[in-house]
Amino acid sequence: MGAQKKPAAARVRDDSEDLTRQRLQAIVLADSFTTQFRPITLERPKVLLPLVNIPMIDYTLAWLESAGIEEVFVFCCAHSSQVIDYLEKSEWYSRPNPNLLVRTIVSPKSTSVGDALRYIYEQQTETSQIQGDFVLVSGDTVSNMPLAGLIQEHRDRKKKDEKAIMTMVIKKDSRLGIVSDQLFIAVDPLTKQLLHYEEGTARGGDVCLDKSLLDSTVLVCNDMQDCYIDICSPEVLSLFEDNFDYQHLRRHFVNGLLVDDIMGYKIFTHEIQSSFYAARIDNLRSYDMVSKNIIQRWTYPYVPDINFSGNRPLKLGRQGIYRASDAVQSRSTNIGASTVIGYGTKIGNGGKIFNSVIGNGCSIGSNVVIQGSYIWNNVTIEDGCEIRNAIVCDGVKIRAGAVLQPGVVLSFNVVVGRNFVVPAYSKVSLLQQPTTEDSDEELEYADRSGTADLLSGVNNLQLESKASELGPDRTGYIWEVCDSAHDEEWKHSVIPIPMDKLADITRAMDDDDIEDESVVPPSGELKSDTDSINTDANDDYGYFEREVEETFLMAIIKDDVDHVIRLINSRRFAYNMASADCAGAVFYSMMRLAVNTPHNSASELYRNATTIITKWKGVLGLYLKQTDEQIEVIMKFEEMCEESAELGPLFAQIVHFLYDKDVVQEDAILRWGEEKAGADESDKVYLKQCEALIQWLKEASEEEEEEDS
Amino acid sequence: MDFQVVILAGGFSSNLVPLVSKEVPKALLPVANRPVLSYVLDLLESNNLKDLIVVVEGEDAALKVGGWISSACVDRLHVEVAAVAENVGTAGALRAIAHHLTAKDILIVSGDIVSDIPPGAVAATHRRHDAAVTVMLCAQPVSGPSESGGSGGKDKTKKPACDDIIGLDSLKQFLLYIAKGAEIKKDTRVKKSILCAAGKMEIRSDLMDSHIYAFKRSVLQEVLDQKPAFRSLKEDVLPYLVRTQLRSEIFSDQNNVEENGNGNGKNNMQNNEVVLSQILSNASLPSFHQVYESGLDSRKTHKCCVYIADESKYFVRLNSIQAFMDVNRDVIGDANHLSGYSFSAHHNIVHPSAELGSKTTVGPHCMLGEGSQVGDKCSVKRSVIGRHCRIGSNVKIVNSVVMDHATIGDGCSIQGSVICSNAQLQERVTLRDCQVEAGYVVCAGSEHKGEIFARK
Repeated sequence: MGAQKKPAAARVRDDSEDLTRQRLQAIVLADSFTTQFRPITLERPKVLLPLVNIPMIDYTLAWLESAGIEEVFVFCCAHSSQVIDYLEKSEWYSRPNPNLLVRTIVSPKSTSVGDALRYIYEQQTETSQIQGDFVLVSGDTVSNMPLAGLIQEHRDRKKKDEKAIMTMVIKKDSRLGIVSDQLFIAVDPLTKQLLHYEEGTARGGDVCLDKSLLDSTVLVCNDMQDCYIDICSPEVLSLFEDNFDYQHLRRHFVNGLLVDDIMGYKIFTHEIQSSFYAARIDNLRSYDMVSKNIIQRWTYPYVPDINFSGNRPLKLGRQGIYRASDAVQSRSTNIGASTVIGYGTKIGNGGKIFNSVIGNGCSIGSNVVIQGSYIWNNVTIEDGCEIRNAIVCDGVKIRAGAVLQPGVVLSFNVVVGRNFVVPAYSKVSLLQQPTTEDSDEELEYADRSGTADLLSGVNNLQLESKASELGPDRTGYIWEVCDSAHDEEWKHSVIPIPMDKLADITRAMDDDDIEDESVVPPSGELKSDTDSINTDANDDYGYFEREVEETFLMAIIKDDVDHVIRLINSRRFAYNMASADCAGAVFYSMMRLAVNTPHNSASELYRNATTIITKWKGVLGLYLKQTDEQIEVIMKFEEMCEESAELGPLFAQIVHFLYDKDVVQEDAILRWGEEKAGADESDKVYLKQCEALIQWLKEASEEEEEEDS
Repeated sequence: MDFQVVILAGGFSSNLVPLVSKEVPKALLPVANRPVLSYVLDLLESNNLKDLIVVVEGEDAALKVGGWISSACVDRLHVEVAAVAENVGTAGALRAIAHHLTAKDILIVSGDIVSDIPPGAVAATHRRHDAAVTVMLCAQPVSGPSESGGSGGKDKTKKPACDDIIGLDSLKQFLLYIAKGAEIKKDTRVKKSILCAAGKMEIRSDLMDSHIYAFKRSVLQEVLDQKPAFRSLKEDVLPYLVRTQLRSEIFSDQNNVEENGNGNGKNNMQNNEVVLSQILSNASLPSFHQVYESGLDSRKTHKCCVYIADESKYFVRLNSIQAFMDVNRDVIGDANHLSGYSFSAHHNIVHPSAELGSKTTVGPHCMLGEGSQVGDKCSVKRSVIGRHCRIGSNVKIVNSVVMDHATIGDGCSIQGSVICSNAQLQERVTLRDCQVEAGYVVCAGSEHKGEIFARK
């Protein structure tokens, strides 16, 4: 333990020792950089929210300690002072001889995981705190899995393969996936290397795997859950530094590594054994689920009846009822299964409490019904209230006879008036709902597009104008949610998923399928996929064409054919275009160049065009292997001529020139002629121009045939 | 077993030119001096599948194949030969012979298979799951036979002849995804709904579709009727069934049509449910299909199953010139149990009536057909020589196939080539990786590499 006191220089000298015995370190992100827990997180950071009466971060730290981690860096961002205050007062600081050294890093400016890691990296150059591989978790992780073996595994792998920089922990899913974001991951079944990571809310549709993955066996899983527990090598930090646009750990960083094959960094997965628990609380639904799991003791030893972080253990009774020794409860109260009652809480006569967590110092009146709810500390609930599937924060007062409908969230110190009915899914806070502009000062920040939408539809309510909001003697604002988001509310609340919603989801999935089917062409079934891309891609074609033109013009300045080809190919893959599209676009750019080059007469334009064609036909030829592609070029040219009066008269000449230069074959011209023969008169302008050419080609080919026979 | 077997024997396959010709359709190409079709027939017979329909493309080819079958195995098997128009595709061929199909399940076997994997096992799997379709999969040859240095070798490394991409469930019982590697341009797309239902999908490229399928007849005919544009079993019908397995349209549509006709809706709806419950109850294990179905509004599913052949089994489809060379080499070499011949102490088969000149050596893994004559100082290695061939002196034949009645002049050297029947090589011809069409004459003293000799 004295080791960390050594100066850095000494550390370098006993390098060999260092390799064998690196201190186990972890970075805990005490900010989720999301708005899922608003409005609660406006007043208190998420990691300090009580989870079965114990702040979330205590679960994380206790687990890290028992897993053998020696040093933890708690990265604080929003409400950093609250987090630091809490930690300084907590056991983690006050313990005389700690196994776990807790340090804090404060960066109030960070707005994403990416920023946070970049900040740590910058600090790193001064302090070199992180000495080797580290565990990256967020402060809302509840787990009891051992880490030492996993870190060793990661190090061994890293030794063999420099590029294996991250090990990601995954867990068999408890089928939560049906409502939360679906996760599709592809791993190599032998090496466990992660090959594909896709998270999305969209039902139906397809998972796209890159072709290069398919050389070996790939396991695509939908039944896995990402625990957001990562063993990282120091390269991870520098990668964030190098890629300043990485914000989200998964969406940007993981997908960035998977897509980028230049650096060749690899991510591996580790599936935890079913006897261990790991979960992250990223929304109210997972808050509900993890709370229930804790009550059901999946997270042992991190359960309410064991002291693991200076908490006062509760007494476990039958049916998963945990009760504080000094809780005062009337005999006539019916306390049902899976309920937790904290210290100093008083419960009146009658009433019914089950499936709920009640914090410390609450006072609950008579004939109160509490079901599936989370009541935090020092809450006053007066007689005859009815609370179902709600979250009630510290200091809330609920006056007699009030009813909280399912899904309600009452933030700190809200007062609900007498006999008032709080409508389902409403979120009530003493603070006004921030408009989107406010989010700069609030760092539990929206980096999810979905939640950003949610905020944009919000009305900033005025206290005065909404005096009757919560009934008489009320305080607080009801946050309004725009209608579209309201439909989604049920997904992220503590209410069990309604059956009809479940059916809706599966039906939606089904409908998607049927839509898919309708675009399937009758034959060559497998092509359906590419076709459906192309339908999306039609809009893209314009962009593609423009980009090709820009690339082309830029490259011409450089005057390097290989370079042009490389650039155009990269555009092509980016837009997923067929080679005919490329040919069309390249030809288009060539002709545009010709037209834009200063010229005085038609013959000069023709000369421009021919020089350009001669010079760049190598590029064009690359995409013109097939007759179809050549026809495409001719048609494209036709289109251009229709738009440009200057080019029109030169159509036949240029087509002939293309033929002479072997850019297009006679087959293509003849077939184009045949196709056009059936068109409207107005469409035939250019065909007529070319009549002579076609006639000549026909004769020539007939002659050839004669010679052949 | 109530199984009807359909053998799709093809016609004059264009990718086997110049080996096939008007006289020799694909089904009759010799593999170790026996038509390739005989290997399929033997395989089926050994599995006690004796009620066969051989479908041949083109009347001429059908006559030829029919002629051979009646001479070869009319006493052992009950074989019907049906001719269909050329270029109708495999699905088209089945459509054409639909009226012959009566059994509950149909086993469809490609006629160009040389293998020892038991089709009976496919049939059994099919029955056990009461599947709509069961596909036999076998291990893709790993190294690729290009080591033989055949003419197709180079092409083969560029694009393997068969690279199927196959998605299986975790128990390797069900087929969740199938695509041809060559058709996947950039990325492959796997349906999320199927993934969600199955939880895990193993996508493998080391398996290949062996072109042995068991279909439920009603399903097959339904699909063929509903989708007149489907041409190929493998590329159209099978992917369609796989894709729609969680919302089968097959049974429902069938019943709906009848329903409307009879004006007797309820009854048929019940039938529908009965059919479904049968499908489900017959399953040996609760499958994801069942899970998916339970509790949701009456969704129809059908099952696509697989049977994965043991890796030690031999399997080759004779669908390219390279494959032709390979299969000839293997049948007298590593996979000699398939040929039905008994080998001499030198691991070769020299017919007693064949004549060998002095100082001529015939190495191991060679075959010399009935009545062939080989001159002096010749060397034959790893090659098959047909019946009644005349081979001069100082001839070297390595890794090649010489078909019946070919004539090879003195001093020729042949490597990795195919000489079709009645072809003639004059003196001192050197061929390497060439194919010589039946009856073609190669001029004396010429030297060729990788060429195809065929009249235009």
